[in-house]
Amino acid sequence: MTLLEFDSVTKVYSVRGAGQIKALDDVSFTLESGQTIGVVGQSGSGKSTIAKILTQLETATSGEVRLDGRPIPRHGSGLRRYRQQLRMVFQDPFASLNPYHSVRHHIERPLRLDQVVPRDELKAEVRRLLERVQLPISAADRRPHELSGGQRQRVAIARALASRPKILVADEPVSMLDVSIRLGVLNLLSDLQREEGLGVLYITHDLATARHFSNEIIVLNQGRIVERGTADDVILRPSHPYTQELRAASPDPEKFFASISDAEGGAR
Amino acid sequence: MNAIQTPLHTEDYDALEVGTTATTASKGSVRVPWRFLGGRALFYAFTLWAAVTINFLLPRLMKGDAVSAYLARNRNISPEAADGLRALLGLDTDKSLFQQYIDYWSLLVRGDLGVSLLHGLRPVTEVISQALPWTIGLVGFATIVSFAIGTIAGAIVGWRRGSRLDAIIPITTFLSTIPYFWLGLLAIALFSVNLRWFPIGKAYGVGWSPELSFEFIGQVIHHGFLPAMTIVIASLGGWVLGMRNMMLTVLDEDYITVAQAKGMTNRRVLWGYAARNAVLPQIQSFALSIGFIVGGTIVMEMVFSYPGVGKLLLDATNAKDYALMQGVFLVITLSVLVANILADVAYAFLDPRTRQTGA
Amino acid sequence: MTAPLNIITRSTARSRFGAAFAMFRNRKSITGLSILGFFVLVAIFADVLAPYSPTKVDPTARFQAPSFEHWLGTTHIGEDVLSQVIHGTRGVIVVGFLAAIIATLIAIIVGVISGYLSGWRSEALSALTNVFLVIPGLPLIIIVASMFDNPPLFVIAAVLGLIGWAWGARVLRAQTMSLRNRDFIQAARANGEPLRRIIAVEMLPNLMALIAASFVGTVTAAILGLTTLSYIGVIPVTTYNWGTILNWASAQGAFRQNQWWWYLPPGLCIAAIGVALSLINFGIDEYVNPRLRSAGERARAMKKKGLNINDAVTAVRTNTTTKETR
Repeated sequence: MTLLEFDSVTKVYSVRGAGQIKALDDVSFTLESGQTIGVVGQSGSGKSTIAKILTQLETATSGEVRLDGRPIPRHGSGLRRYRQQLRMVFQDPFASLNPYHSVRHHIERPLRLDQVVPRDELKAEVRRLLERVQLPISAADRRPHELSGGQRQRVAIARALASRPKILVADEPVSMLDVSIRLGVLNLLSDLQREEGLGVLYITHDLATARHFSNEIIVLNQGRIVERGTADDVILRPSHPYTQELRAASPDPEKFFASISDAEGGAR
Repeated sequence: MNAIQTPLHTEDYDALEVGTTATTASKGSVRVPWRFLGGRALFYAFTLWAAVTINFLLPRLMKGDAVSAYLARNRNISPEAADGLRALLGLDTDKSLFQQYIDYWSLLVRGDLGVSLLHGLRPVTEVISQALPWTIGLVGFATIVSFAIGTIAGAIVGWRRGSRLDAIIPITTFLSTIPYFWLGLLAIALFSVNLRWFPIGKAYGVGWSPELSFEFIGQVIHHGFLPAMTIVIASLGGWVLGMRNMMLTVLDEDYITVAQAKGMTNRRVLWGYAARNAVLPQIQSFALSIGFIVGGTIVMEMVFSYPGVGKLLLDATNAKDYALMQGVFLVITLSVLVANILADVAYAFLDPRTRQTGA
Repeated sequence: MTAPLNIITRSTARSRFGAAFAMFRNRKSITGLSILGFFVLVAIFADVLAPYSPTKVDPTARFQAPSFEHWLGTTHIGEDVLSQVIHGTRGVIVVGFLAAIIATLIAIIVGVISGYLSGWRSEALSALTNVFLVIPGLPLIIIVASMFDNPPLFVIAAVLGLIGWAWGARVLRAQTMSLRNRDFIQAARANGEPLRRIIAVEMLPNLMALIAASFVGTVTAAILGLTTLSYIGVIPVTTYNWGTILNWASAQGAFRQNQWWWYLPPGLCIAAIGVALSLINFGIDEYVNPRLRSAGERARAMKKKGLNINDAVTAVRTNTTTKETR
């Protein structure tokens, strides 16, 4: 079922002294529930702009975004309802939580704001959410600086899930985490998507995880979509020169060992 | 199924060109930061307008009978002067407020600030222009000396952190929390009354009048030493502290380590790199504190009976010479604005970042 | 699998309350707060502490140096200086804090709102702040104060507060602008938090240290302003504060006649409160900028080892006792 339609969206920024910058140029895609779209590209390609427009932190210069067939309202209760259904997980686990407030505060806020559960069930709901992201209930009274990066990112995911959204936008959710825990967090996102039937927009510059977790991949370059297709098609059989360059740039262990065995084979 | 392909942009923008704010280095002449200075000029124009409007509104907020009683007391004003005073002081209530405002501005533009009843009906502008040089001389001299000594001392204290020099900080801070006027009075009590090294007040001896002779200049220096020293001592603390804090922050930066690793002498690192960067915020805070410096100087003049605009303001306030009060306020504000503009220009040329476009 | 939490401290409500006031926990702040507390107590209990009424005139004991009956001597008409100084504390404390509260409230409202908004509204508020910053305050206050005949303390405090809010507003605006772009604020906005909650609940706690420092600085400025204006005589001498005492002393020639017991104590009290407030601000500064705290200590620690912190080359100690190993 089509959830989200991003329709011919263009976003232009005017920078004082440097003219205008086109962050997005006629970008379109559709997201279905239960599906993950990977948005791939280098820094500055416009990936984060998509996230900002989806969360209405920025507005598109032209084009339209539709949820369940209806365009996003600009303000009022319609906008509030829209925001409840689309939540974002930010890149930097150190910056996306308010250092002054406890974990419980962070998770309770969306619960209260969107009145997800009645007041007397708040504590139970916080406990339930923490369990879903595999954090102990004792984490609820800690403050962010007492948690590790991976734990903070799980709190951010719990906060995003609190309002029971239909769509999750994950803007490079594991880029700032230790490599050893990235898979754990991504698997968590994948499980949650399956259990809740979420539509996920997974923004990353990492081709390998994009391929592993997405159904479909979009490749962005300088604000334009240069290639799209199923994950395997785009990564394994890229047809656009930019995508091919991206793939060539990421180190491939198989190629390295193959070259060694070639050399050894040749030396014999 | 093959992936869908989109043709690559042919006219890419150069990320380096657009993405950074650096512009090409220009040899020779200094690039004038017009945008920055233009913005500041606009702001100062607005502030001047605000000050003039405040001046316009103030007497009109007062009880009107006080002002008219004051005018009534003085019969020998010429009719034109009386009209001018009425416009300045808000007594021309027969006209609309807007008309009063226009008249007020036309008076100002002509340089007519009314006549001073305290000073024998002389024009206010004349009275002020006699007093202004004394204030500028005193405050200018004392501020520059204080800023220079304070900044240099702060740089050294910051450089030699952890040494006994750190004791300077609480001493100078203590001195700057003492109210100016009390420090001045103490100075008089100690140096003038007891030690008799300096005269008690005024800018020059009784019976003298300003002339360009060595003796007169000697008198000026002799009389002005105590007030100037008091201002310097009282304001030193702020400069020392600010500079020292900035030095500590700058000395932690990596480019200092690079400079030292390159083998530069300590003196060059301290003065050429660290102090040079730490002094920029000092100049900014200097510009902002001009208003306070002026306030302190006013008090100092009252304590020492120094014939500057501060004493003028005090006498005018006590005698309820409203025209003179307004005039002095306007002149003081104008001077502060001019000083701010000069400080901004200095800052614009010293900080390379403001010289770029769009930065 | 539950991710293990190796946390040493348990975060209780009490420790969080203590953390909020961590900025006051270092030696400098505590010293400053103690001195300030002393003056506040004197102000509250002035009636009990003062041996005489400040206006009690004793014609037989004029211009007396300190003695057993009058610890700080007497004035030109025989009033007890100590009692006057004690009673003067009240006016200073009340006006100082009241003016600072007014100024800080305005600074928070103007500074935070102009820092959070963008566009012409932010610029307009910033311009307003800068105007108040540039226009010289003392001459303005002198003129405004001379318009009143006998202003009550509240009016004086209000005028001082209205002149002095600009500095704090400017600082808060800069800090709010930097906070605004942080992810957790963006997250709150993306979640649809209303503006007033973002400012009050998300931003203000992070601005606490700045607000405290600004408040303390404004108290200092207000006290200095009040005493200066009282000394000048612009504020009528019916109100009691240390400045008016100095006004009388000066008018009666105490400075010329070396009646130090009359003019030294009030000034010293002003200085003492100023020092106390500066100490508190130093403490807050060091809390906010840890570099200030540790810079001197690191240098001293290195000095003990015979090293200079400013040396370009790391000195190699040659008096090691361990054998060289390959």
